[in-house]
Amino acid sequence: MTLLEVEDLHVSFNTADGIVQAVRGVSYQIDAGQTLGIVGESGSGKSVSTQTITGLTRGAKISGRALFEGQDLLTASPDQMRGIRGAKIGMIFQDPLSSLHPYYRVGWQIIEMIRLHDHEMSKVQAKQRAVELLGLVGIPQPERRVDDYPHQFSGGMRQRAMIAMAMALNPALLIADEPTTALDVTVQAQVLRVIRRMQELFGTAVILITHDLGVIAEVADEVLVMYGGKVMERANRRTLFFASHHPYTEGLLQSMPAYGGERERLRPIAGQPPSLLAPPPGCPFAPRCVYVMDRCRQEDPPLDPAGEEPGHLSACWLPHNAADRDAIRRRVAHVELARSAGPTEA
Amino acid sequence: MTSETSALPGTAPAEAGDVLLQVDNLVKYFPVGTSRPFQKRDYVHAVDGVSLTVRRGQTFGVVGETGCGKSTLARCIARLYDITSGRITFDGRDISQISQRRMRPLRREIQMIFQDPIGSLNPRRRVGSIIGDPYAIHDLASGAERKRLVQELMERVGLNPEHYNRFPAEFSGGQRQRIGVARALAFQPKLIICDEPVSALDVSIQAQVINLLADLQAEFGLTYIFIAHDLSVVRYVSTSVAVMYLGKITEIAPADELFTRPRHPYTGALLSAVPIPDPDLSDRREQIILVGDVPSPIAPPSGCRFHPRCPKAVPVCVAEDPPLEPRLGDGPEHLAACHRPMEAGENLAEFRPAIDEAERIVEADGSLLPDEALPGVTGAVGGQEGRTS
Repeated sequence: MTLLEVEDLHVSFNTADGIVQAVRGVSYQIDAGQTLGIVGESGSGKSVSTQTITGLTRGAKISGRALFEGQDLLTASPDQMRGIRGAKIGMIFQDPLSSLHPYYRVGWQIIEMIRLHDHEMSKVQAKQRAVELLGLVGIPQPERRVDDYPHQFSGGMRQRAMIAMAMALNPALLIADEPTTALDVTVQAQVLRVIRRMQELFGTAVILITHDLGVIAEVADEVLVMYGGKVMERANRRTLFFASHHPYTEGLLQSMPAYGGERERLRPIAGQPPSLLAPPPGCPFAPRCVYVMDRCRQEDPPLDPAGEEPGHLSACWLPHNAADRDAIRRRVAHVELARSAGPTEA
Repeated sequence: MTSETSALPGTAPAEAGDVLLQVDNLVKYFPVGTSRPFQKRDYVHAVDGVSLTVRRGQTFGVVGETGCGKSTLARCIARLYDITSGRITFDGRDISQISQRRMRPLRREIQMIFQDPIGSLNPRRRVGSIIGDPYAIHDLASGAERKRLVQELMERVGLNPEHYNRFPAEFSGGQRQRIGVARALAFQPKLIICDEPVSALDVSIQAQVINLLADLQAEFGLTYIFIAHDLSVVRYVSTSVAVMYLGKITEIAPADELFTRPRHPYTGALLSAVPIPDPDLSDRREQIILVGDVPSPIAPPSGCRFHPRCPKAVPVCVAEDPPLEPRLGDGPEHLAACHRPMEAGENLAEFRPAIDEAERIVEADGSLLPDEALPGVTGAVGGQEGRTS
């Protein structure tokens, strides 16, 4: 069952330098209970696209549709949004310290959150629930820690507290925006496990935004690769890692040191991400793409089915059947190899 | 031919492999709070008895989590901090206690690259003058000569020399890190300490900077100390790697050996926590998730500092601090500070600590609750009923 359906979302901001087109026609849907990973580099529009859905991009020019349980979130009134945000869509962010109010006790903040949406609940009941939630996310001695201030928590515990707060009203969708980026790997593993456990427990759908392909490989069912404000590729986890179509995905995978493999030279993507101030026509990745063709610079490729896997979409002009595409890849790889091998004559 | 007019150092020294830096039992404590008469002061034990050897031409990786003391170690080696005790021998000279003034000429030989390329560049100064600073400070070149040297450096690190007059804000993150590299390279340093040089950068840009650092090392025979928390990057760049936990080195080994045959349970847990960008591998492996957080470095645990969280802990781990030495017949290059080192292929998840609960961090990691306990809790936290708004 489709829980959230985003269609042709455009978001732009008026800045002193001009209009920044942060998101340019993004569409995706997520089913109940599913985990959708959104991966992309800084400025790819991955955060803005989800913040817009929850009404957190003030002053932005927005068009498109975002149907959540049949209601368009982009046209919902502020009052309606307040009922949805927090209650039906929970959110956690990268920096848990700035998401928690430093002057109020952690428990108080969770209680406020619960009572804001559930007016029937008494303070005592709400506190009891806050304690239970903190215990669920693995805070030791929750009945004592519920009265602590955020600064008394470690980074990992703060993020756990944020998850407890986000899950307090059993939302249908949890948006986790780089939830583990500020954390150490061992704490990251703890937090990812907590998110997964809460998801199993409550059947929540999760949108996980990250720049770390390792995290994606670990938790996502479906993956959306974003670049320059657009979706480059959508695939399930295994297809993305083993049979990706888009050259940007390929470039991302090759930029990372292989896990345990030979120490080959890294193959970074040459050049810089595009400016979204006045994006040129055509594919945003064209200036950095090794397979670039004339057509790529003029026409924007649509997000079309690619490969054999159903649901695998790619926005690229390369042939969408595997054999033709691989033939081109081999040819280009050959040229690249010759170029890097030594001084070229031409 | 290189001469004194070139900004770039000559070729690698012939005798690669000899010891460039020797650190013996380095200790750095920071006082906490204000001092009161007749009261004992507390100290953060940031670096607590670290010994290591860095050979010429090597990349020595240091990994560890926030607060393990890896950056403090770097700053002590560069003598940005005065050290509490211990000895640092750099290129045959004892630099552990020399004054800042006598340290100054040595700064040409030890340079640092920092994590935050924005924070480490003055936003109001032009890039050319930032990179030219070393020449100005050491009074080595001025005017047109300095400009020529700076532009040579800029070109070498992949910046356009014509951007000499731009401000840092006009560059992207990756380019700013290149500015940092150029500045560190201005004198022919023997040692460059890279403190999280790529962790603020996007993956594709990260790879560009790593390749640049590798090229420069091959060309000029540089020695790096490479500090990072990203283990796959450290494995990729390093010849040997030290793992730090709470101010101490728990394990040192050649990079591939450390990653394939870790001896210390902390190394094992750390490695298993790294997300692998390969769905099949990550599905197959069993993660060891450590319980709780790192204890306070103000009053670190007795004995082995990892014992409160270690699945293999036994009473001797609480009582005695294990020395850093070869274990289980390892060569002299692979040292571990552990009473119960891991065998090859051992599964940490099968172990349970055999020490008193009081010595352990046991408190409910809720995610580790037995599964059957969960449905009841779900009900208590509130199922669907009574929540529909």
